[in-house]
Amino acid sequence: MNPRLKYGKLDWQLIGIYIILVLIGWISVFASVYDEENAGIFNLSQRYGMQFIWIVTSLVLAYFILFVIDPKSYHVIAWILYTGALLMLFIVIFLGVEVNGSKSWFMIGPFRLQPAEFSKITTALALAALMSKHNFKLGTLMSYLKVGALLLAPMLLIVLEKETGSALVYLAFLFVLYREGMSGTVLALGLMAILLFVLTLRFNPFVSIIVLVFIMSVIETINSKRVFTNILFTAIFIPALAYSPRLAELPFLSGFENLPKETWLFVMIIPLIIYQVYRAVKRRLAYLWYLLICFAGSVALIYSVEFIFDTILQPHQKVRIENLLGIQKDLQGWGYNVHQSKIAIGSGGFSGKGFLQGTQTKFDFVPEQSTDFIFCTIGEEWGFLGSVFVVSLFVYLIIRIISLAEKQRDSFARIYGYSVAALIFMHFFINIGMTIGITPVIGIPLPFISYGGSSLWSFTILLFIFIRLELERWN
Amino acid sequence: MGVEFKHKSILIAGIFTVAALIVIQLFNIQILDDQYKINADNNAFRYDVRYPARGLILDRNGKILVGNETAYDIMITPYEVKQFDTIDLCNIFGLDINDVKTTLKNYKKNKRKIGYQTLPFVKQANSKQYAVFLEKAYKFPGFNAISRTIRTYPYNAGGNLLGYINEVDTSFIRKNPEYKRGDYVGRTGMEQAFEKILRGEKGYNIFLRDVHNKVKSSFSDGKYDKEAIPGKSIITSIDAELQSYGEMLMANKIGSVVAIEPSTGEVLALVSSPGVSVDKLATISKYYSELVNDPYKPMFNRAVMSPYPPGSVFKIVNGLIALQEGVIDLDDEYLCRMGYHVGRGVACHAHPSPTNLEESIMMSCNAYFCWAFREILDNKKYPNIAQSFNRWREMVESFGFGHKLGSDIPAEQGGTLPSTKTYDRIHGENRWKSLSIISLAIGQGEIGTTPLHLANLAAIIANRGYYYTPHIIKGSPDTTISADYTQKHFTMVDREHFDVAVRGMYRAVNSPPGSGATAWRVAVEGLDICGKTGTAQNPHGKDNSVFICFAPMDNPKIAIAAYIENAGFGATWAAPIASLMIEKYLKREVERKDLEKHISESNTIILNAK
Repeated sequence: MNPRLKYGKLDWQLIGIYIILVLIGWISVFASVYDEENAGIFNLSQRYGMQFIWIVTSLVLAYFILFVIDPKSYHVIAWILYTGALLMLFIVIFLGVEVNGSKSWFMIGPFRLQPAEFSKITTALALAALMSKHNFKLGTLMSYLKVGALLLAPMLLIVLEKETGSALVYLAFLFVLYREGMSGTVLALGLMAILLFVLTLRFNPFVSIIVLVFIMSVIETINSKRVFTNILFTAIFIPALAYSPRLAELPFLSGFENLPKETWLFVMIIPLIIYQVYRAVKRRLAYLWYLLICFAGSVALIYSVEFIFDTILQPHQKVRIENLLGIQKDLQGWGYNVHQSKIAIGSGGFSGKGFLQGTQTKFDFVPEQSTDFIFCTIGEEWGFLGSVFVVSLFVYLIIRIISLAEKQRDSFARIYGYSVAALIFMHFFINIGMTIGITPVIGIPLPFISYGGSSLWSFTILLFIFIRLELERWN
Repeated sequence: MGVEFKHKSILIAGIFTVAALIVIQLFNIQILDDQYKINADNNAFRYDVRYPARGLILDRNGKILVGNETAYDIMITPYEVKQFDTIDLCNIFGLDINDVKTTLKNYKKNKRKIGYQTLPFVKQANSKQYAVFLEKAYKFPGFNAISRTIRTYPYNAGGNLLGYINEVDTSFIRKNPEYKRGDYVGRTGMEQAFEKILRGEKGYNIFLRDVHNKVKSSFSDGKYDKEAIPGKSIITSIDAELQSYGEMLMANKIGSVVAIEPSTGEVLALVSSPGVSVDKLATISKYYSELVNDPYKPMFNRAVMSPYPPGSVFKIVNGLIALQEGVIDLDDEYLCRMGYHVGRGVACHAHPSPTNLEESIMMSCNAYFCWAFREILDNKKYPNIAQSFNRWREMVESFGFGHKLGSDIPAEQGGTLPSTKTYDRIHGENRWKSLSIISLAIGQGEIGTTPLHLANLAAIIANRGYYYTPHIIKGSPDTTISADYTQKHFTMVDREHFDVAVRGMYRAVNSPPGSGATAWRVAVEGLDICGKTGTAQNPHGKDNSVFICFAPMDNPKIAIAAYIENAGFGATWAAPIASLMIEKYLKREVERKDLEKHISESNTIILNAK
């Protein structure tokens, strides 16, 4: 312990929220697997007993991080830890035990350890180390290649472990890059790709293309000087597109009735494209070129959705997405989890059924109810009030981390802080989102709350390294 | 600052947007939307299913063919079970103590999986067991009884006709998600055909319970409860007495008897033998493998599924067509010297000769109909045999042959009728003539008719030229029948030609012995039965015994076809059976007790085996 440090300046708000969330988690695990015959909350044969052990050990870890480890060493050991984690991720593919179809767990005696949980920390540290180097500037091709390699390596290994869900979490680092100056276009394109993908799956390419043309028109309008003309043109052109298949009813076009209806869209869009290409060439409008390339890419995406969906995605992933989009309703099979989860949360009503009074989250009606679906117990027993309270805690935690990160003079601490906020945000959004049916079911835990040692340890380490780094500010 | 500041603000706006999305969705499912609170999968509710009584199946006079009896399913909620006297429970229901112990152990093992669920423990306990159980119910916490209905069969009306019900299995539920575990569904016969009418609608009572599974109260004072709606009864056209009489006569015989009311097309009896005994219907699963493996295929409804050669009864159709086509006159006589000796020839039996059409029907002369059939096909009106054959075929089809009649009897089949293509295939294109297919003249060869077809033929002759599509459901306030069933279907033969067929059939039964009449033994004083025998050759053994008839001659009330496999002459088995059934139906009491005894006790299966 360094006596010269002002430990009074520790951010007690973050520590306080951490403790509240961990306690809520413990109580919820207790409630979700509560068994009258093994009622003691410290009973080690039950998950709530084990969770107590994880909490105690997490506090020990937190103590070490706050008072023992020198925060300056993170710059140095970041790469060693990162490489070590990659090695573990690689080895687990061969030596790991299979749990729910994925090989991502080490079995050490009676305990299970998931390297993917810890590699989030090491990746965050390595990213901070890389980007805080004084000669590093995000924007060059080289810089993107380095960052890309750093992020993709663990993601790839985790996909090979068949833990696609955990790999998706790494997309959180895109937010960090965005904060550090990456163009927002990447995020915007990503969002648009998701939107077009969902629209095409839920409806058809016809609808997607009309939406795409609409988005393009809006961007064109923002960039162009002829605002009024553009708005007027869009207002006429979009409905015209929607009705374009009726062109086939024209007498002189009889014989073309059997063409796919998107054909008529293209009949109308292609002259417009030719005109825009002409404009781009003549007036050297760079943004117009980007728009046109973007349009072409989007059309390609729309027509490969079926291929991606049928060939690349695993059957269980397909079903989860179809269930989310309401394309198919299978309440006995894959839709079961979400259906049960929504009943549990929905039946909580405004103020909930009360502690241990949840009927839905007892036994095994909600699967994984102490790990990935722990939010069901909160929703059922504490109702809308309790749920909103937990959501608020998370939002406050994330915002607090971001605002503290912004205050850092050391860019290592700032980048690391953003990574922590982004990772917690991704878990928070996807996990709670899946229990209430707004994101697909991806098996990742709710930070600090879900049952499990790997998860609790890794989030504790993740958060407390930041709290300790933050303290350096007062030095 | 600069771009980083802008990006930070957008990220924070993004976080709040996501948080808002989550809160809106929470508000939606926790406060706005009630469906998650009263969903059947919600464990806070105990749904006690109320099973409806299945509709009855009644005969034409309101007698119950298929009725209901209350049985009790004893249910267990493993979560509520405490120590109890296992032996006592076993004694009440006659259970094996070791089985029960294993079951209970299994429940304990799967405790978490079962949760609060209530599962069936003893199925279909009778009311006596139920009464004993009720008295001691306090000793068995976690057990309760729900009432179900099981089927009863007051008449032996034939398992194939009635069909059976059983509990739905997993594969059935997958295809029909409106059924749930524990539901019963009609699987064959009328139970299956009229499932939608018979099944009724399940109801439920909802109770609210707390986490300890104590039922606290009826939810919202039963506002959301639903009464079970009993299934509707169906009134069939079957005559229960006649049907079970037919079943009795057909005991130990292979074949079927179909009786139709000619003036409506209503099926009065439909017997297929050997069939599934109604004693086995209620608990069919016990006998299932036995029934499936029986070489005589009792589950196969011969009356509507089996295509047989019609034999001599088909001669009437050829005679009528020849008359309609104008190729024979009523007075034309043909000579029969024990057969028709052209080509391969067709043998005949001894009878007075020469004969005209009426006498030929009466005596069933093969030679006459061979001549007549050749006249039809070699008719100069048509340029070639293919066209005259097609004309013949069309007219045969107008009698209902060669296709499904469109009845509401489950699993009805259409039989077979050859086409020019059939003979092109057998003999080569244009390489066949009337003589090549002469077997059709006497109802042999490439023709297959079901007993239902033949009964319909009898009805056509009884009606002098038309039929109503045979059907087994009578219209009632609850069930409307297809409009097609009240429509006359005319044959392509004119009304005036039928009198000679009727007279021929009358004389076949009512002429004195020695006159050449084929069925004089089955005449009944005062009933004016008109009939036609048939002895259809059967490549697999002894001839099939066939008889179609109707009675009385004027204003016929009943038309019957009887078809007995491998039994011999039509006059020996099929005719007496049909005649007895007519007597039963028209007089309600059979006076020919000796004949009845002889027929019902004979075993043609064993006779044939010799």
